[in-house]
Amino acid sequence: MTENQAEWPLYEVFIRSKRGLNHVHVGSLHAPDAELALRHARDVYTRRNEGVSIWVVPSADITASSPQEKDPLFAPSGDKVYRHPTFYDIPSNVPHM
Amino acid sequence: MQVDEAPLEKAFDATIGAGDRIEPRDWMPEKYRQTLIRQVAQHAHSEIIGMQPEGNWITRAPSLRRKAVLLAKVQDEAGHGLYLYSATETLGVSRDELTRRLIEGKQKYSSIFNYPTLTYADVGSIGWLVDGAAICNQVPLCRTSYGPYGRAMIRICKEESFHQRQGYELLMTMMRGTDEQRAMVQESVNRFWWPALMMFGPPDGDSPNTAQSMEWGIKRHTNDELRQRFVDMSVPQAEALGVTFPDPELQWNEERGSYDFGEPDWDEFWQVVKGNGPCNTQRIAHRKAAYDDGAWVREAALAFAAKARADEND
Ligand SMILES: [Fe+2]
Ligand SMILES: [Fe+2]
Repeated sequence: MTENQAEWPLYEVFIRSKRGLNHVHVGSLHAPDAELALRHARDVYTRRNEGVSIWVVPSADITASSPQEKDPLFAPSGDKVYRHPTFYDIPSNVPHM
Repeated sequence: MQVDEAPLEKAFDATIGAGDRIEPRDWMPEKYRQTLIRQVAQHAHSEIIGMQPEGNWITRAPSLRRKAVLLAKVQDEAGHGLYLYSATETLGVSRDELTRRLIEGKQKYSSIFNYPTLTYADVGSIGWLVDGAAICNQVPLCRTSYGPYGRAMIRICKEESFHQRQGYELLMTMMRGTDEQRAMVQESVNRFWWPALMMFGPPDGDSPNTAQSMEWGIKRHTNDELRQRFVDMSVPQAEALGVTFPDPELQWNEERGSYDFGEPDWDEFWQVVKGNGPCNTQRIAHRKAAYDDGAWVREAALAFAAKARADEND
């Protein structure tokens, strides 16, 4: 086996399973370029009509929040309970709310 | 810099304890990572090597329908291998490294794929018994503690039911045929029954990693539990098909509400695991040849992509 030949880059695959739904991450695959990544994604992730649309994104281009800083990053939403509908008491005789 | 791992380990244990999933960028004990790499890679390799015994019959399938089914099934196994390789890579190993470890014999694959497929009935026996045993193993793994592994298993399990049913249907069709065809089915089942039981791994007493894997939520049931479940599921299926299993000790145990069964030949199992099964050498040689023969395609595709990028920048 050739040792140091470059590996095909990694792409993350996102699939819209049907109209009206978001694209959802389904996994990853290797491909030499974006066009072939799309073709491979069709073969690997949609053999049974699992999708109507595919996105592929080079994994290296994804910026992610770090799990270590998850507490400070998400803390601001923790104390804003007033963002949730259940924060507000509405009498039960008020309809459609 | 030396990081204090105690609080990290506490957070990890709390996540596992709560039945939550561990995700790729979470801190995890090195042994958890290594155990997962070994298990998921071995699983991925099994899917990929598992294409060979059945692939052997694609060109000789008896009808266009059977050929289309077999092609789709083998293609699914390739897909399973790819889902699992991509899950393994999230643990910090490259695809090339995984392929190298397989070809160099440093990582294993399921011992079942070192048995030959001598007759067309073996395609049916593999679908029914080998995919059937795989389903028993895989369904609980959908809830395994490592997120990417569990998600790959969910995709795989959705596809496995077709694999088992097409195998069973193939055997049913042969059982409706001539005496010779029925004998061919029985002979095939005789060869695959014990190796299928061995797919669950050694008896619990000889499986030193099981306890830790269960504590970490990687495994959900012991080898012997799953083996028993498989036997209990398979016996009525064999009766419906009209075949028997080659085990004189196989009988219903009213008290346990399960079938008693004989002991697989564990010496044979360890021989096959150590590389001395009927097809070990052939399977790895074939995988290596496919990898080597494909090198020019991988290189040409990279060169083409590089040229397209350069042209765009001009
Ligand atoms: Fe599979
Ligand atoms: Fe399968």
